[in-house]
Parts: sequence; C-alpha cells; structure tokens
Amino acid sequence: MTIGLTHFLVLGAALFCLGLFCALSKRNLIAILMGIELMLNAVNVNLIAFNKFVAPGSFEGQVFSIFIIAVAAAEVAVGLALVISIYRDRTTSSAEELNWLKL
Amino acid sequence: MNETVYVIAFYILAAIVLFSAIGVVVLKNIVHSALLLALTFVGVAGIYVLLNADYLAAVQVMVYAGAIAILIAFGVMLTRRPNMKESNPFNSSAVVGFVVAAGLFGTMAWAILTTTFPLGLTAPTDEISVRGVAKLLLEDYTVSFEAAALLLTVAMAGAIIIAKGAKKA
Repeated sequence: MTIGLTHFLVLGAALFCLGLFCALSKRNLIAILMGIELMLNAVNVNLIAFNKFVAPGSFEGQVFSIFIIAVAAAEVAVGLALVISIYRDRTTSSAEELNWLKL
Repeated sequence: MNETVYVIAFYILAAIVLFSAIGVVVLKNIVHSALLLALTFVGVAGIYVLLNADYLAAVQVMVYAGAIAILIAFGVMLTRRPNMKESNPFNSSAVVGFVVAAGLFGTMAWAILTTTFPLGLTAPTDEISVRGVAKLLLEDYTVSFEAAALLLTVAMAGAIIIAKGAKKA
C-alpha cells in the first residue's frame, strides 16, 4: 500500500472542512480567525501535493504556497488588530454581539 | 522498508493534524484551542517534509507555528472574558455549519476519489527545493515577490494603526 496523491488531497479536504466548520460555527472572533488559518493550511497542502505528484520537476506550487503564507500572515495581523480594536470599543470579542447595524 | 516508514509517517502525521484540528474546533477553552492550533501547524510542516518541500516546512514552522501562533495567543490574552472555561462556545448556527462542512467534505472526497489525475507530467529533478524556489522567486516571479513584500509592510503598519488608534493630525 503506497501513499499517493489521493491520500494528501483527502487530508487537505478534511482539514479544509474542519476549518470551515470552525469559521462557521464559533462565537469568538479569534476562533473564527483560527478556522481561516486551518483552511489556508489545507490549501497549501493541496498545492504542494499537486506540485510533487503532477509536476515533480518544477517548484511553481511551492512558490504559490509561499505567497499564500505571506498573505495569511498579513491577514491574521490585520484581523487580530480589528478584534483588539473592537474589544476596546465594546468589551466583547463575540461575533454575535456585533449587530449594531441591525434595526 | 523505506516505503513502510513513509506510510507509517504519513498516517501518524495525518492523525496529529486531524485530531488537533478537531480539538481546535470542539474544545471549550480558547487557550487550549490556540495551543492545539500550533500543534496542527507543526503536523502540517511534517506533511510538507513528506512531500519533498523542506524549505516550505521550515517556513511553516517559523511563520505559522512561530509568529501566527504567538499572535493568536496574544489576541487571546488581550481580550478578557468572564469565564475562561466557556470561552470558546458554538454559536446558534453550529448545526447548519456542521451540515455544510460535512456535505462539502463528502462532495470533495467523492470528486477526489473518482478522478484520475495525470501523474508525473515533468521529469523529477535532483535539485534541492530551496534552490528551485529561490530561482523561481527571484527570476520569474520577482514582481509578485516585491508586491508581497509591500503587502506585508502595509499590513503591519495598518495593523499597528488599527490596534493603537490613529491620533488626530
């Protein structure tokens, strides 16, 4: 029994769906950010698996992963800054209490 | 023998990644979730090593398991909440979220298992991954590389201003 592309893709799909579940079903803003990080990691696993099994002579998939990692780092920094700013304003970090625009 | 080690390593790393990701989702205390998130990142770095991406594994450990995990831990510590044991609850639409995620996983697993992928379109090289990545980044993708650097700088400055609050001119 050998480990092929399918194994890595199923692992990536499972990780992505766990991240999606985390982002959809959590009340805390920081937990939602954690779910987004899990989804970005799953995408990286997929890209590198395709790079190794489909085009093993090139490194394009790994370069794309580096860009995703850079964007994810920027995203989590801005996201946490927003969470802290909202917390200072309203003393809450719960996504369900952020409904001041509702009538 | 080598193949057996590879198979065992894959299943151990996949178990680490999936079980700690499940822990991130279901644990009630957000500090435990943040620590398990760092463990997930380290497991994903191990998966990268299995995929011959050793440079990416090092970047993953430094950026994700180092910087992002620390940032999230700081975010947890800077927002106080009354009861730490119930700090990571599900919201009212958790059942809908579970159904959506499970349905998406079923669809993706079906699509992956029924597709035959074209394998090995290019011949494998002996080049180490950091050399190949550096050549691509600094020759073919130089503009995107500089754009990513600019994005990081702007995002860091923006994060500081959002978190600290801008002064009136």
